[in-house]
Amino acid sequence: MTNLAYLRADFPIVSDGVHFLDSGASSQKPIPVLEAMDRFARTSYANVHRGAYKLSIAATEAYEAARDRVAGFIGAKDSREVIFVRGTTTAINSVAFGWGLENLGAGDRIIATEMEHHANLVPWQMVARRVGATLDHIPMTDDFRLDVEAFESMMGPDVKIVAVTGMSNVLGTIPPVKRISEIAHRHRARVVVDAAQLVPHSRVDVVETGADFLAFSAHKMLGPTGIGVLWGRMEALEEMEPFEGGGEMISDVTLHTATWAEIPHRFEAGTPPIIEAVGLHAAIDYLEDIGMDKVLQHDLDLTEIALQRVGDVPGVTIYGPPGLEDRGGVVSMVMDGVHAHDLATILDEGGVSVRAGHHCAKPLMRRLGVAATARASFYVYNTEEDIDALVTGLRRAGELFGMS
Amino acid sequence: MALEELYREVILDHYRNPRNRGHLDAPDASAEGVNPLCGDEVSVELAFEGEKVVDVAVAGQGCSISQSSASMMTEAIKGKTRAEIADLTAQFRSMMSLDGDGAVDLDPDRPGAVLGDLEALQGVRKYPVRIKCASLGWTVLADALTE
Repeated sequence: MTNLAYLRADFPIVSDGVHFLDSGASSQKPIPVLEAMDRFARTSYANVHRGAYKLSIAATEAYEAARDRVAGFIGAKDSREVIFVRGTTTAINSVAFGWGLENLGAGDRIIATEMEHHANLVPWQMVARRVGATLDHIPMTDDFRLDVEAFESMMGPDVKIVAVTGMSNVLGTIPPVKRISEIAHRHRARVVVDAAQLVPHSRVDVVETGADFLAFSAHKMLGPTGIGVLWGRMEALEEMEPFEGGGEMISDVTLHTATWAEIPHRFEAGTPPIIEAVGLHAAIDYLEDIGMDKVLQHDLDLTEIALQRVGDVPGVTIYGPPGLEDRGGVVSMVMDGVHAHDLATILDEGGVSVRAGHHCAKPLMRRLGVAATARASFYVYNTEEDIDALVTGLRRAGELFGMS
Repeated sequence: MALEELYREVILDHYRNPRNRGHLDAPDASAEGVNPLCGDEVSVELAFEGEKVVDVAVAGQGCSISQSSASMMTEAIKGKTRAEIADLTAQFRSMMSLDGDGAVDLDPDRPGAVLGDLEALQGVRKYPVRIKCASLGWTVLADALTE
């Protein structure tokens, strides 16, 4: 068992009796991240890319250093392929509206999956309706994995883009993005990956994934809210129009026309999240200090324990791949006779925070045949004691509701 | 212990054995509603004789609080007039602290305890996110009554 318990002192909210098992929704922030943002705001803050004065130059350097740091972290070939946005949702909407409206037409097909978060589904529904494209979905196998063979048979020359999750926020399933990209590219389709759950928990090399676009949020990886990343392969970004117009993204403007700034700035209209970029930089430093291999191993160690101990609680069914292969640290469960919201309330009495509901994946919940699940998700500050508290709460729920 | 205050036996009984469950053959009024946050669903169907609700049926799915509250509501309103139901609804909303200050420490056995079993739901007040669960059936009932 990996031991990262020494990190817990870095997280002010995490302490004895606080069993925070909802990092899949948003993670806690370590002191070094909070301090980096505070220090920057106190000493070097100004708007970026504007002023000829020292403070603005320092702030611009810090902002661009964050871009370089992200590029290195995800293996981007060029820092200009890293675009700072508000979060994963904005990143995917930028691709849907900025790329989709330019490159999709009537009769074209978009392929998503049955396990997408609404963030990688609803934007495609909106764009499909606008341009007259159709939207199909890669089905799921009975062991909660994507049916890649079915996907292969769905592909054709009319498919222009494939939208796939890097890791399901409900099931923990990690689909074979590399294989999906290879198949999509054989048919000249672009691939966009919702990596909101993947990047915080494992080493991701964007080039190796084969994806054309990949999106993630800082707040799920020990960083602040308000900033996320859209990475795009340069040639794919060149096919994309800006999703938002405004300051900072232009080269020249007349009363009736404007020309765009270079990539990435043309995709960053308005004042960007500057302090947040510094926070994201610090979060990546913190994660790399631990080592992403260790981060993943820790998640998986906890997942293995949780699959066993939670699975042993009478009446509990776990939805997700049974083994640890191609799986992340998310455990979704239902208990016979006890609704997920009741579970969450009862667990909360024991200091255990879990998410209950549809997890912004209603089509997947319908496919699973459940209205709601309770979900425990793990991160670096979690310990075996958190899982024991979860199991104790589950047993208590069973007793209260007379199910055991 | 707080959890026993919330999950009283009468609530669990209505959750496991919901009363007036299903659909009416020929409802005079009906409505359905969801809590978009958590996905709980309730539908209410009513049959009237004049001003009086003579039959009611509830369907849906969701947590113990939303479903038991709807079940207890059906027992409370059956045989009551629109005016009496409006009065009950006001009392329920007050108990949930949705309107006014909320009556505190209701004792279901006290004389004039009009809400009866429903008063078991007062423990929900300590769990603000669950008040919406408890009131879902009543919100749908109001929709059906104004149909």
